[in-house]
Amino acid sequence: MARAVSTSRKTFNTAIAGLLGFVMFFPVLWIVILSFKSEFDAIRSPLAILTSGWTLESYGAVQARSDYFKHFTNSVVISVGSTFLGLLIAVPAAWSMAFVPAKRTRGVLMWMLSTKMLPPVGVLVPIYLIFRDLGILDTNLGLVIVLMLMNLPIIIWMLYTYFREIPGEILEAARMDGASLRDEVLYVLTPMAVPGIASTVLLNIILAWNEAFWTLNLTAARAAPLTAFIASYSSPEGLFYAKLSAASVMAIAPILIMGWFSQKQLVRGLTFGAVK
Amino acid sequence: MRLKTTLLAASALALVAAAGASAEELTIATVNNSDMIIMQELSDRFTAETGHTLNWVVLEENVLRQRVTTDIATNGGSFDIVTIGAYEAPIWGAQGWLNSLDDFGDDYDYEDILEPVRNGLSVDGSLYAVPFYAESSFTFYRTDLFEAAGIEAPTEQITYDEFAEIVAAVHDPDNDVFGTCQRGKAGWGENMAFVGPMVNAFGGQWFDMDWNPTIDSPEWHAAITYYVDLMNAYGPPGASSNGHNENRALFADGRCATWIDATSAAGYIYNPDESSVADVTGFFQAPRQVTDKGTGWFWAWALAVPSSSQKVDAAKEFLAWATSKDYVELVGETKGWVAAPPGTRASTYANPAYEEAAPFAGTVLNSILAANPADPTLNPVPYTGVQFVAIPEFQGIGNFVGQQIAAALAGQTTVDEALAASQQMAVREMTRAGYID
Repeated sequence: MARAVSTSRKTFNTAIAGLLGFVMFFPVLWIVILSFKSEFDAIRSPLAILTSGWTLESYGAVQARSDYFKHFTNSVVISVGSTFLGLLIAVPAAWSMAFVPAKRTRGVLMWMLSTKMLPPVGVLVPIYLIFRDLGILDTNLGLVIVLMLMNLPIIIWMLYTYFREIPGEILEAARMDGASLRDEVLYVLTPMAVPGIASTVLLNIILAWNEAFWTLNLTAARAAPLTAFIASYSSPEGLFYAKLSAASVMAIAPILIMGWFSQKQLVRGLTFGAVK
Repeated sequence: MRLKTTLLAASALALVAAAGASAEELTIATVNNSDMIIMQELSDRFTAETGHTLNWVVLEENVLRQRVTTDIATNGGSFDIVTIGAYEAPIWGAQGWLNSLDDFGDDYDYEDILEPVRNGLSVDGSLYAVPFYAESSFTFYRTDLFEAAGIEAPTEQITYDEFAEIVAAVHDPDNDVFGTCQRGKAGWGENMAFVGPMVNAFGGQWFDMDWNPTIDSPEWHAAITYYVDLMNAYGPPGASSNGHNENRALFADGRCATWIDATSAAGYIYNPDESSVADVTGFFQAPRQVTDKGTGWFWAWALAVPSSSQKVDAAKEFLAWATSKDYVELVGETKGWVAAPPGTRASTYANPAYEEAAPFAGTVLNSILAANPADPTLNPVPYTGVQFVAIPEFQGIGNFVGQQIAAALAGQTTVDEALAASQQMAVREMTRAGYID
């Protein structure tokens, strides 16, 4: 039975939620505002910033100095590539753990999660040396591999959680009808887990898109994605607030738009299995 | 006839092949500041002259430091040219991470590079990085506010006590003008760049001749107490999170009466497109207290060729071009003389066009020539560096002390506690590194 909530209470809750949402969104809004100001106006007091004129000069300057499209392409290749490579490994792994659990499955899952507890800088030098010897420093292939490895525990964990919600009997029925393992995973399990897989894909693309440790440390000029594009406008000596804001807006806009259009899938996937 | 044509064609092909072989693709790692942006814009001319193309990797200073350190230490070879500061140049040069740069020829005119700058980038007489621009520190002040308060701008070096009196007289928070803005944000290159020379002025030093840390000395105590009291009384609110950029923005917006910071910021403060106080700003030397030694800092951004680069000759060609007298002239003629890279060459300051465009030129030159990284303190010290100590351990120690002092400024700890914790950490680090037992 639904709980009765008075109108005033509802209004209050909505107002609080709206306020919290605004506070969380405010930094992004402020970046957008600064990106349309001149460098001189961008450093003034907040009131002066809001009342000063609007300009596109920062976008023009950023575009003239940096190759946005190259960085954007690298970001797309790295984030999409690492996510799908991760899925190729994670789907079978999560299937086996969810439907054919062994004595140590739980331990293996915890061990995988524990690899995320090590600060990345702890393995920077070994990975740098391996990449140097393999000749994949500053390449998209190198970044796809390293980001896939970094996000793999999360992908496996998410898929494992979703797969566990799917009754094993359905897969068993498919098997009794003569489905091979490949058919079972491809035609029975995957369609049922689409919301879960979709949200895993979306979340990992976002994580890989925003990843700023490996993408800065393993790239130089060729494979640098949008994180390096933003970093090139950050400076402790010199005023680049407007240009830095413009670069940030250009870097987050694609992922923000993608997130906006896919929010339904994202929320459905994240709450998948919450209610039985 | 046929043979002749064939021979000619073969020779032409060989020439093209030779030209193709000598044209290299260089990767240059650099920081994001106006001088470097101008270099990036003008580098097309270098490409047109030599055929070498450049890939630019522009990063924030601390990210760049970490990125380049990893690459050089692992012999990664990702970069052919790196931008480094006066702190790294002697350390990395001594470690064999950089190629020496003594072979640019007579045309380069090494003697024209200002002596403190040359010395600061050399190890045992060998130059390991060539300066792109150099800076010291001095006091920016608002001529209109001084006039209104009836204060005459100092012509001689004043003491920090006299400076405090001036600051008190021009402090006007009701009109949103603060007596002084100084760096408070923690970091060896942020608040410690200001605090270091101030400690020198108060007679303090980082280490004694046996490398024992002396951060809990009475001199440090007097300097930091002065700094915290001054900033709390006359500084802007939240000063402990203000670095160079924040103060520069505050000063350019007309909200600070005084500011002791990098001479290289003068060009921006004087530029009416970027500053609302361009026509009411003056300069005087950074104050002294018990000594005038080490009272203005010394910093240079320089270009170097890592030993891991496979294209050393082409990289050196670029360095010789970007730090030459001709380059300074090129910037002056194409971007205006006020934008010419400051602080590196005597010829820049001998140029009447520069002197006319940059009224602060003489004060900057004097500040740089007065900075002596080899003798920065009242009492003798075993290290070089005015606002830093040129040893690898300093980065960690400087950052920690910077955090402690920022905490004292924010009121989270007392000056005594901050200095005691700093001393304890410095002793531990220096013991671990084998300097002391």
